[in-house]
Amino acid sequence: MNFGVLVFPGSNCDIDCYKAVEETVGQKVEYVWHTETDLSRFDCILVPGGFSYGDYLRCGAIARFAPVMGALVKFAEQGKFVLGICNGFQILTESGLLPGALLRNRTLKFRCHSAMLRVENAGTPFTNQYREGEEIDIPIAHGEGNYYCDAETLEKLKANNQIVFRYAGSNPNGSVDDIAGICNERGNVLGMMPHPERAVNQLLGSEDGKRMFTSILNKWREQHGAAAIR
Amino acid sequence: MLKATVYVTIKESVLDPQGNAVQGALHSMGFQEVGKVRIGKYLEVNLDTDDRAEAEERLKAMCEKLLANTVVEDYRFEIA
Repeated sequence: MNFGVLVFPGSNCDIDCYKAVEETVGQKVEYVWHTETDLSRFDCILVPGGFSYGDYLRCGAIARFAPVMGALVKFAEQGKFVLGICNGFQILTESGLLPGALLRNRTLKFRCHSAMLRVENAGTPFTNQYREGEEIDIPIAHGEGNYYCDAETLEKLKANNQIVFRYAGSNPNGSVDDIAGICNERGNVLGMMPHPERAVNQLLGSEDGKRMFTSILNKWREQHGAAAIR
Repeated sequence: MLKATVYVTIKESVLDPQGNAVQGALHSMGFQEVGKVRIGKYLEVNLDTDDRAEAEERLKAMCEKLLANTVVEDYRFEIA
């Protein structure tokens, strides 16, 4: 399985994502510069955190028009896996691959600490190694992670089971309905504010993020008739 | 050459935490008369055209595509 990690000017979690793939599933992974226009060799694209193009104007607003984004939209339409983390999530909402928008944290504080998440949907390609309702420890690090969508969109998200993670315990940013991560209707595009790539080894304080990556490989192998991993 | 000013504000229906913080600061400084405060963005855009109608149409497209996120923001502009 081939993983690609997008790199925008200002991405700073790209190396963590790359290393997380190596550490958790040991699959092929390469960096993809934002000017690239062909993603056909990949099976999963990670859109990492950071401050793409300095996040001038709005988080993710400029990255959304990077040359690679046209290819990413096509990639997603093919049903391949796209995981956007933090700034990656912001870019996915700006580009319309996911609904809603991310606002400044309600507290106005940049929050950087571990957070408990509840897995609300364990049926996605990204969460099949978790149990529904399981609480996992994944760190957050953001100033604009306050997920917002209108009431109608929220109803749709609920009806289609698109809310994948909620904050368990206190909500660090004021997001609607305690949402920490959502997927698209088809389930192959996931965006989340917490950083699973920073929780893949006990040395980092938690390895609860590991199973996101093994879930992806597991789903890919299932689709490609290969043996599942445990 | 036309000069446009673009104002982008958070929608009335959406919480503006920065505005609330400034409102609180003004209150604590004794400016009790302050009601709601909203913070937005101000952009100056120089346009290499003299056609106002065209400029308006192009600015609208700029706002819709990039300058404002219409999920959570409103925009307006003036052409000088």
